[in-house]
Amino acid sequence: MSADVELQNISVTFGSFYAAKNVSVKIKQGEFFSFLGPSGCGKTTLLRAISGFLDPSEGKVLIGGQDMAGIGPNKRPTSLIFQNLALFPLMTVADNIAFSLEVRGTGKIERRKRADELLELIALSGQGDKKVHELSGGQRQRVAIARALAIEPEVLLLDEPLSALDLKLRQKMRTELRAIQKRVGITFIYITHDQGEALTMSDRVAVMNEGELEQVGLCDDVYDYPNTPFVATFVGENNPFYAKVLSINKNEVKVESQGNTFVATAGKINENQNHSFTIGDEVIMFIRPESIFIKNENNKLDNNFSASVNTIEFEGNLKNIYLKINSNMDVRFSVPNAVDTSELSSNKDVELTFSSKKAVVLPKGSLAVD
Amino acid sequence: MNSFFNKNGPLISTYFIIAIVFWLIFLIIIPQLYMLDLSFRPNLPPLLRGGPDDVHTLVHYKHFIFGSETSADAYNYVDIGVFLNTIFTAIMVTIINLCFCYPIAFYMAKVAKPNSARLLIVALIIPFWINELLRSFALRILFAGEGVINNILIGTGLIDAGINFIALDIALYTGLTYAYILLMIFPLYNAIESLDTNQLEAAKDLGSSTIRTHWRIVIPHAKAGIASGCTMVFMLTAGALATPVVLSSPNTYWFTQLIYQWFNMNDNWSRGSAYSILLLSVSVIFVLLMMRLFKVKIGEIVR
Repeated sequence: MSADVELQNISVTFGSFYAAKNVSVKIKQGEFFSFLGPSGCGKTTLLRAISGFLDPSEGKVLIGGQDMAGIGPNKRPTSLIFQNLALFPLMTVADNIAFSLEVRGTGKIERRKRADELLELIALSGQGDKKVHELSGGQRQRVAIARALAIEPEVLLLDEPLSALDLKLRQKMRTELRAIQKRVGITFIYITHDQGEALTMSDRVAVMNEGELEQVGLCDDVYDYPNTPFVATFVGENNPFYAKVLSINKNEVKVESQGNTFVATAGKINENQNHSFTIGDEVIMFIRPESIFIKNENNKLDNNFSASVNTIEFEGNLKNIYLKINSNMDVRFSVPNAVDTSELSSNKDVELTFSSKKAVVLPKGSLAVD
Repeated sequence: MNSFFNKNGPLISTYFIIAIVFWLIFLIIIPQLYMLDLSFRPNLPPLLRGGPDDVHTLVHYKHFIFGSETSADAYNYVDIGVFLNTIFTAIMVTIINLCFCYPIAFYMAKVAKPNSARLLIVALIIPFWINELLRSFALRILFAGEGVINNILIGTGLIDAGINFIALDIALYTGLTYAYILLMIFPLYNAIESLDTNQLEAAKDLGSSTIRTHWRIVIPHAKAGIASGCTMVFMLTAGALATPVVLSSPNTYWFTQLIYQWFNMNDNWSRGSAYSILLLSVSVIFVLLMMRLFKVKIGEIVR
């Protein structure tokens, strides 16, 4: 069984501080949904409101259409995986997994059977009699998932469960989590500050900042069409160009920045609704580092500018090239490692080009702080 | 040893070694060994000590079991009775203390906000600035036949005649439980405090009731603290003197009172020593039993 989750105008206040502010979102049944945002943005607060450990100051949590007000965490059809996993160190792996069944008065033999089934699901068959500390980090992770799945929840809530793992294991666990979600078919609500994690695993993401939802959408939509300057800079890397609107033509906006004229698509809120600008508006145009290319005969797009090379940074698969426009504005672009950059020495002027389809113009607003 | 000196420097190292050796040898080992030896010697006037009559003997231990030779009884029912009653009461007080302190310790460690937890700790500690004897007398005043509690109960019409709290040993139990409450609360508090709060939430999220969460998660985690608190409270209760003297009913004796009598009033240090050794032995056995029961090692208890 799987259920949808709906948050209706959820606000959570601590004194005069809003941990979550008027959040409304509908999470579909069987969906892998992520709340993405920097630490302190209120995503954990929302998760606690869904799991029942915290009562929202205002608004409603509906799970499977049913209002959860007054229903405690032990009575909700949700199961929570904690950031530190919170496995019970004094119990065996099997006892950990079957704890929810023990609570429900299931007999010993039945419990063991279910624990063994779940151990098989997480590829840890035969490890049920071990103590938790005898397992590796990734194995513990999987045990936590099995323990949460043992009660057959309709919604699984995950609070940054991968953050304690090292990079390789984290990447492996992403794939595994996604596979487990496909297999059990229940709704997963995932909390993370790691955009890579959110984008690789989720069907949809909600980007949060300072207690408010900035944007909810499909992963590629959020990446390609950020709705606010915060989303543009928090999800992936981006170059902000502070600019002024020169002219508007349907979805296209012509702007001026640092003496250059650019054409860009206006950021869209959804399919039908665009930000509307008037001539002379102060705006920010965003262009991602991977969308900027060195201009040459074969590669000439509709936006062009020149800049001088500042530094080149090697990042394994990519090379990041830091530029300055008019020696005061920083721009960065990246090329695959295979591209020859020997001609780009420091202080050398280069001509660059990018497509208007990849550039997004948004009203001025705060950026994600690095 | 060398690394100890290198780490702490010669001055501090020497001080530590001298202090610890002095403490162990002069304040613990020598007096206890002296008492042990004394307990196996006859009670002789000073002039005869070290003479031909000063031999090792079991006479005092025999006295504890069989009583004086002039007595008509086969066994020393009085002393054995007092001894068993003391141990039994101490065990009961320990259990009451544990039941009473566990919720308080849990509340302080996991429920209360840090500020109110600190306030609660202060509120618990301050009464213990007053010495044990005074606290016992204060309780005696509360529990007396025409004491505060009886007056209130009668005044509110809950009872018609005063309850004899002293004779019913209610005053004694209350006084003894209260006397060492901190020694139960703090080990419990320390143990529970170190439990990851997420574990409590995880248990709750998995559907566990409060009682089961305590039974399966909190108590197993805190068992070293429970064993530590229980052993300390038991030892100190069994060895208490002031509280039982003030609060016990006229016909209840505490074993330490007997020891006190042999030492001071009857001037029989050998018999006093023998009785002390008996009490000490039973206390140590109790500690070992507790450790066995809770499956904890001595290192965990003092942690």
